[in-house]
Formats: sequence, structure tokens, C-alpha cells
Amino acid sequence: MLTFWKSTVGKKLLMAATGLMMIFFVLAHVLGNFTIYFGWINTYAEHLHALPALLWAFRLFMLAMLGLHVFLGIQLSWENRAARGEAYAMKATRRTTFAAKNMIWTGAVIGAFLIYHLLHFTVQVIQPEFAARANLDAAGHPDVFRMLVLSFQSLPMAALYVLAMIALLLHLTHGIQSFFQTFGLSNDNTLPVTQKTGTVMAALLFIGYISVPIFILIGLLSV
Amino acid sequence: MNLILHVWRQGRPDAPGRIEQYPAKDISPDMSFLEMLDVVNDELIKNGQEPIAFDHDCREGICGACSQVINGLAHGPQELTTVCQLHMRHFRDGDTIYIEPWRSRAFPVTKDLIVDRTAMDRIIQGGGYTSAHTGGCADGNAVMIPKEDADTAMDAAQCIGCGACVAACPNGSAMLFTSAKVSHLAMLPQGQVEATKRVCRMTEVMKREGFGNCTNHYECEAACPKGIRVKFIAKLNREYLKAVRSGAK
Repeated sequence: MLTFWKSTVGKKLLMAATGLMMIFFVLAHVLGNFTIYFGWINTYAEHLHALPALLWAFRLFMLAMLGLHVFLGIQLSWENRAARGEAYAMKATRRTTFAAKNMIWTGAVIGAFLIYHLLHFTVQVIQPEFAARANLDAAGHPDVFRMLVLSFQSLPMAALYVLAMIALLLHLTHGIQSFFQTFGLSNDNTLPVTQKTGTVMAALLFIGYISVPIFILIGLLSV
Repeated sequence: MNLILHVWRQGRPDAPGRIEQYPAKDISPDMSFLEMLDVVNDELIKNGQEPIAFDHDCREGICGACSQVINGLAHGPQELTTVCQLHMRHFRDGDTIYIEPWRSRAFPVTKDLIVDRTAMDRIIQGGGYTSAHTGGCADGNAVMIPKEDADTAMDAAQCIGCGACVAACPNGSAMLFTSAKVSHLAMLPQGQVEATKRVCRMTEVMKREGFGNCTNHYECEAACPKGIRVKFIAKLNREYLKAVRSGAK
């Protein structure tokens, strides 16, 4: 296990596996967000918290995945920077992308956003006046709908979320196809397919995520 | 053709290097890039200056010695060619050309454009061979190998070990080189005996030598003069997973 952990391929496999768990998470999260369009978001949020033991087990699992992904990401970036040696006076590229070259930075933006987002909508201390747990809806559930609408009616707040989702979009365009390559699931025929699928999936997730703040900002969803 | 060259000059491995400018005058478009450098060197020698040191051997694209990054691209702008196969007709009169050595911590510069690539030999020494005793010379076709496997093994065996993949990789990783040898041998029955040990040892040596980790930029595939595909890196990853499952790790 120790040699696996130290091995260059082992590290990449762990990056890909932890990344995959988080891809599943962002998929589930965006589907959860869509309950806002059906008027179920308060009930959905209530149900998510129905089993605290399970909720905390899941949160700890995701934290472990995230921690490992971040640790390895920083370590790999550090090692790779050292391996490059002296910089070229002139360097051109043929295949790599902006997203691939900036994984560490888009990752850092997502990490910072994640902390902000948790403080905003989970701990609810960024805009305590909108906090769902302090304002119950007619059925007695914490009013998540009202919290979201009042938060995203502000342009800077909606813009902040959209910008963070651009970082996620870039991170996933490289990350999803990278998972297939790292797990040895690609060949000459499938590589272009996984690359396109990765980009399309990242774009769909991006649209799904930004749709909520955008619809609220333009007034299609209101309290 | 008249060109302006910006060439990396470095006297010794431990000396600081710098880019210097040289004119390349009256160059025939039919010359290879190395012949153009020969002309420039003749002129430098005539003027009592130190000629530009560069690696070369076969000058027909099979030895992998000519290792130059031309205008930021390993082996220059033409795909699927080594520097010696690159002709001056691919440049325009008056062009400015930057010529630099392979850059990677694992490839220290020996002099000017020459780098020490023995780190790649040590990766091969790590496991890029078969030592399993397979008896005497087998009769032809005694061991049947599917045509597709033989072809894939030959595609991987095309690697000439030039190091362009390392030079082009934003991480200075030798993964394409290592994966070509791992795949070549893992495709064939004689190589399968030691396949799990091989993938573990070769990737270990790669890391120890100071090469970076593969992060799937695929710059290596684009730079490779022999068209080695990144599917072999996926194959290496599969071989590694097999090794993990078999308990070799």
C-alpha cells in the first residue's frame, strides 16, 4: 500500500478515483438543485437532513475524498514543477488546453468557493438575515427557497457563483476525460469520445448550476 | 535563405547558459536543419568562435540523437519528424528561429544543445527487457500471436528513445517513453511473464530519476516523431492496475 501511495501511477489513480467520487457528488447536487423548479426544494432539504448519522457519515466521506484529492493535487503540481527544470525561452504547445494547464488554479478557486458556499448555505453565516433555519415556510420547513432567492437577487452574489462555476467547468473538462485515461479505459478510438463527453458533461453541469442564480437574478424565480 | 538564430549556449553542465544570436546566411531550402547548423558552425569556426554543440548520429530519423526544441516545439514545427528530417523549406527567408536543448530536470545540459539522456537508459534497465528463460530458439509460429497484438507491439516498439515526449511535456514526464516499452513487451507472450514487475519497476525508476508525473496533457503524442500514441499510457495504467490486483504492489 505504501509503494502504491508513493508510485506515480498510484497517485494518479487516487486522484482519478477521488475525483470521480466528487463528480458523482456534483451530479447529485445539481439534480437536487433542480427541485427548486418543481417547488420541492424545502422538502428536499428537510429530507436530506432526516438521518443525521448518515448525513455526517457522507460528509466525512466527501471530506476525506476532497482532502486526498487536494493533497495529491498540490503534491503532483509541486513535483511536476520541479521536474520541468529551466524554462524554455520560447515554448509552444500543440495539444494541451488552458483547462489542463491550470488544474491547480481552477482547483484552488473551487476549494475557496466551497468554503464560502458552505458558510453561505450550510452554516448560513454569510447572510444570516436570509438564513433558512431562522425562517420557516408555511409547512414548518426551513425556507431554503427564500434564502436562495433573496441571496441571488443581488448581482455580485450571483456573479460570484457563476464565476466559481466557470472554474468548475474548466476543471471538469480536463478532469472527466482524464479519469478514463488514468484508469486505462481509453484507446485511439475512445479518447476523442471521452474528451468530447467530458466537455459536454462539464458544460451541462455548468448550465445546470448557473441556471438557479441566473433565473433568480432575472426574476423568473421570486418569493 | 537568410535566417536569424537564437541558440542556447552553455559551456559546461554546471555553467550558466544564455541565448545567443547568430546569422545563418545563404541557406539552401533543401538543407536539413542539421545541415543548416553545420553551415553556421563552419562560419563560427572560420571566425575563431566555438561551434554550436548538438547531438546527431544517423541523420535519417532512426537513432533519436538529434534533440532540439525549435521555436518551442520538440523536433520543430513538422509533425512526425526528427530534427534531422526537418528541412529548411519549412521556414521562410528572414525567419527568427529559437533553438534550445530538451528541458527537464532529468536531462542535465552537457553542452549547448546536448543533454544527458542516460536517465532514460536507467528506466530501461529498470525492467525494459525480458529475462524469463523461454528455452531455445522456438520454431516459427510455434507461439501464435494475434496479428493485431503483434502490430500494436510493433507500434509501441517504434519508440526511438529520443526524449521529445519529455521535452514537450509540461511536467517533464517520461510516461510516453516508459509506456511504449511497457506496452511493447506486455503485448507479447515472452514479455508477459515479467509484466507486473516491469511496470512497477520502470515507473519507480522514472520517478526516482526526477521525471514528472503524467497529467494527461497529450503534448507527448503531438511531439513524438514516431507517432507513439497516448493509448500506450492508458495501457501502462492498466498494467499497473493488474500489478496492484495481483499483489505485486
